[in-house]
Amino acid sequence: MSQADQISLPAESGGAAPGQPAAPAPVAARRGGDTLYFALRNKKLVGGLIVVLALLVLGVVGPLVHTNSPTEYLGTPGQSPGGEWLMGTTMFGQDVLAQFLHGLRSTFLVGALGGGLAAIVGMAVGFVAGYRGGLVDEVLNMLTNILLVIPTLAVLIIIAAYLKVRGVMVEALFIGFTSWPWAARAVRSQTLTLASRDFVDLARLSGVPTWKIITRDIAPNMSSYLFMTFILLFGGAVLAAATLDFIGLGPTDGMSLGLMLNNAVRWSALQLGLWWWFVPPGLGITAVVGALYVMNVGLDEVFNPRLREM
Amino acid sequence: MLSLHSISKDYRTGAFGGATMTAVRDVSFDVGVGEVVSLIGESGSGKSTIGRMILRLASVTRGKVTFDGADISAYRGPALKEYYRDVQGVFQDPFSCYNPVFRADRVFAMIKEEYFPRVPREEWAEKIEAAVEAVRLNPGEVLGKYPHQLSGGQLQRLLIARALLLDIKLLVADEITSMLDASTRIDVLNLLADLKARGLGVLFITHDLSLGNYVSERTIVLRRGSIVEMGPTNLVFGNPLHPYTIKLLDSVPRLHEKWDVDAERPAEPAWAVEPLVEAEPGHFVAGYAA
Repeated sequence: MSQADQISLPAESGGAAPGQPAAPAPVAARRGGDTLYFALRNKKLVGGLIVVLALLVLGVVGPLVHTNSPTEYLGTPGQSPGGEWLMGTTMFGQDVLAQFLHGLRSTFLVGALGGGLAAIVGMAVGFVAGYRGGLVDEVLNMLTNILLVIPTLAVLIIIAAYLKVRGVMVEALFIGFTSWPWAARAVRSQTLTLASRDFVDLARLSGVPTWKIITRDIAPNMSSYLFMTFILLFGGAVLAAATLDFIGLGPTDGMSLGLMLNNAVRWSALQLGLWWWFVPPGLGITAVVGALYVMNVGLDEVFNPRLREM
Repeated sequence: MLSLHSISKDYRTGAFGGATMTAVRDVSFDVGVGEVVSLIGESGSGKSTIGRMILRLASVTRGKVTFDGADISAYRGPALKEYYRDVQGVFQDPFSCYNPVFRADRVFAMIKEEYFPRVPREEWAEKIEAAVEAVRLNPGEVLGKYPHQLSGGQLQRLLIARALLLDIKLLVADEITSMLDASTRIDVLNLLADLKARGLGVLFITHDLSLGNYVSERTIVLRRGSIVEMGPTNLVFGNPLHPYTIKLLDSVPRLHEKWDVDAERPAEPAWAVEPLVEAEPGHFVAGYAA
């Protein structure tokens, strides 16, 4: 059963092999279609994707359309939503809508960069450790385990506190380099089982170099797994960034949703009833991360026939 | 051509790798040009491990394997690749030899990419067709399909065709017929006979005595990682001298008679590591006393 399950990926035929005859591919089409068929009918996946894409468009296009600066003091302080200021102003007269749009943008940036970086490091470590085994595995595994038991947040706080100027990029780098260990362990265990399959031996007998075996033979067999790993890391990076921002260790020269929350709390927006200052960023973070996790559950159902609701 | 010089393989076992388990113990034999040698043994006797050591898929703990006089353990990178140009293997389970997410002909594409990158596409397609026809398959039926759309016999023969693309000198055939039904098995065996005629050396690893008898010139009987009896097939099968071989031969079901539960059977001999003694010319038996 498991072998047949893993076939259902549309990306497969593309990178297959240059020497292959351009074979009639009704089967491949049907199979790729299978995944798409279940993907489009999965309410969790489609719903999550719509929310994430809508927020992404808002974050990318929004600041271009609504060109107010998120940090300048533009209007009367403490304006409630409506009228000139669509989402009101802060205690200092900053435009909340501009802050929200820029915050969304940096949230996606941190997620993509931090999550992407963590995915790359985690996969590299996991693949190499799982495939090479022996001493390489021992060393990499030890490194992974050490990083795994280090209280990441505490380290992030210390590092962030040392840097005087922090941008969104730097924050994403920190998060990326500290959140990869569980991904590495997951990838390693999958690689261990795949590497003992005969087709890997056959590739070795064909003189295929190690990196090619990993990227062309092992990785395609777990591509759904890798994709879901990336989504989880993305969500994790967004949350970690929001946490850092909220405790005041966010970007010093930019805007983020966590920073909005941090400012709102520092200037007692809750007590003063400035709800339009802290509700949008809170909802934004919840929506992005929640939608990503719901998407992940949906993807799980698409890739794993046993979980499909039928 | 291929020589094994008293090779051994130890596996580390136990929680901290403290204990060792010897899977193969001091095994020496040769495979000559155009010679089919069958390696017979029960499950766990180390026969597949020997095949994997010859193919450099497992390391050799002690001793060495030489091919045309050169120690194969020294091969790295390009040299190892050249070694695989001469020596190839076909494994027991054809279904797991194919990456399930790709088409079955990807095994040919890998060979082209690594060994014949400059061969034009049309010429290569002809070469593949010739190799597929050589293993008695219809290219139109099997090319461009996914592994699960082909039968075990077809997949197994495609793997042999893959090995043939390289113009090899030695084929390590590890239980290649155990997953096949009787009629396809005969096809594959006949194919091996053809290959032998072409001058290809074959190490035929099997647990099936009658198959070994059918294809090979020389037979090696393995028990718990050591050789118990070795020699020309007609001598080993016609005049088995080691008690284990006698017991093994007696255990083969015969087509024309029912299994007699109450009949006297030779007992399983006690196990001991004994040196090989030449009982008659070319016929070696472990611990033989004339």
